[in-house]
Amino acid sequence: MGVDSFVNWLRDTAGSLHENAAYLTELDSAIGDADHGANMDRGFQAVVGLLDETTFDSADDLLKKAGMTLVSKVGGASGPLYGTFFLRFGTALAGADLTPETLGKALHAGVEGVLARGKAELGDKTMYDAWAPALDAYDAAVADGADLGTALGAAAEAAAKGRDATIPLVARKGRASYLGDRSAGHQDPGATSTTLILESAARTLP
Amino acid sequence: MKKLINDPGDVVSEALRGMAAAHPDRLRVDLENRIVYRKDAPRPGKVGLISGGGSGHEPMHGGFVGLGMLDAACAGEVFTSPVPDQMMAATKAVDAGAGVLHIVKNYTGDVMNFEMAAELAAADAGTEVLSVVTNDDVAVQDSLYTAGRRGVGVTVLLEKIVGAAAEEGRPLQEVADLAKRVNENGRSMGMALTSCTVPAAGKPTFELAENEMEVGIGIHGEPGRQRLPLAPAREIAGMLVDPVVSDLPYQQGDAVIAFVNGMGGTPLIELYLMYNEVAQLLDRAGITVARSLVGNYITSLEMAGCSVTLLKVDDELVRLWDAPVNTPGLRWGA
Repeated sequence: MGVDSFVNWLRDTAGSLHENAAYLTELDSAIGDADHGANMDRGFQAVVGLLDETTFDSADDLLKKAGMTLVSKVGGASGPLYGTFFLRFGTALAGADLTPETLGKALHAGVEGVLARGKAELGDKTMYDAWAPALDAYDAAVADGADLGTALGAAAEAAAKGRDATIPLVARKGRASYLGDRSAGHQDPGATSTTLILESAARTLP
Repeated sequence: MKKLINDPGDVVSEALRGMAAAHPDRLRVDLENRIVYRKDAPRPGKVGLISGGGSGHEPMHGGFVGLGMLDAACAGEVFTSPVPDQMMAATKAVDAGAGVLHIVKNYTGDVMNFEMAAELAAADAGTEVLSVVTNDDVAVQDSLYTAGRRGVGVTVLLEKIVGAAAEEGRPLQEVADLAKRVNENGRSMGMALTSCTVPAAGKPTFELAENEMEVGIGIHGEPGRQRLPLAPAREIAGMLVDPVVSDLPYQQGDAVIAFVNGMGGTPLIELYLMYNEVAQLLDRAGITVARSLVGNYITSLEMAGCSVTLLKVDDELVRLWDAPVNTPGLRWGA
């Protein structure tokens, strides 16, 4: 199946995170510890290094290696969370053709991995607040017979809304939770990077 | 940003090179994996003690590697937890057959990465690993709605006391139980006069006006629970000691190790001044100070401010505290 699409996705994501590194760090400065942009940039640059060095025969192999690279290079909470996402996402794609249905299944598997590791709930002001509406929008689009591009576009749009909806929330997970009520009024950096990743998917995977 | 650095991306690796060069007698540094080892690790029959976390808290943790404390410390990027690969490598390297204890501060990233390392270790088969998570920060009140209390000052005291127990050759379960006991008997509270600047971010994490302070901070340059008007040291000491004392609660007749820690940017003269206030408050409460520690031990880069940690001790804990230690950051009796 389309290894190239996924290579393009990872490269495009790396570019987008690199461009937005200062912005993500600025968001993280307000309610965290000012490292999200630098960490994501470092992790995805390492993924680009992997892509430059190695040719992959299967998408699942590529995505699992990318996940392990993120776990190994990012650190913090984002490393295990995004690393687990790509590991489970890749595993779920093994042997499948790229269709709206198989990609949906893989997205769900990836996000379940994020939930298992982060134990977040909707409204905790985390990346899950972007993932959850994205999955819902994706599923609804596919149920309506949408093609991959339309479904991913809907997912990215919903993620962006979910990201914006984190602004008034009081954080209940991660380092921002220590701020209590003071975390309200700030956009969650994790929900922001998730939105960038999904926007990149909508650009590159169809 | 004015810092003694070359490139923000090289801060951690170049600092580790410096540590290796400065302490060749006591430390061995794996630069590739960013692990600081006690030079003579692994010690046959001894439980291996590993800690680690984001860099920027020096001397925590690499400075506490050596006789009577840690066998290895994993250094993450500045304020970012290390990754499971590092912890796995360190775990295998210090295991001398008696197992390994991971000392983890309660921060989402640290906990997740150490958990992954433990999972990988189990899959890899071999080393028996137990872990203790420190969570002594009383500033975090509603822990049901947060990631739980942060691990701060008690981590230093725990690494010293548990390090002494491991040095005596005690078995893994006993060492882990002792670590939990230390954590349960310790509480901390911190405050900041300034933010700090993470090298990769290039500007202060938050801004504080001349007449403001943050109370209830952690150790990552993050804002605290409350922003208050700056007060005299006497009042600040009360703001730190009262919530600590009432939380356990420490009672009249208790003996404690009293620890006034600098966040990295406060001179020792102010820390001693603060200790003077803290000691008076404890004296008034009828709490005996069995031992004390004053200085910069668990820091937040150049943040100005301090934290107060109390650890309730019995004779055994005092004896372990007094046992010889020889690390770059803490040394006595050896």
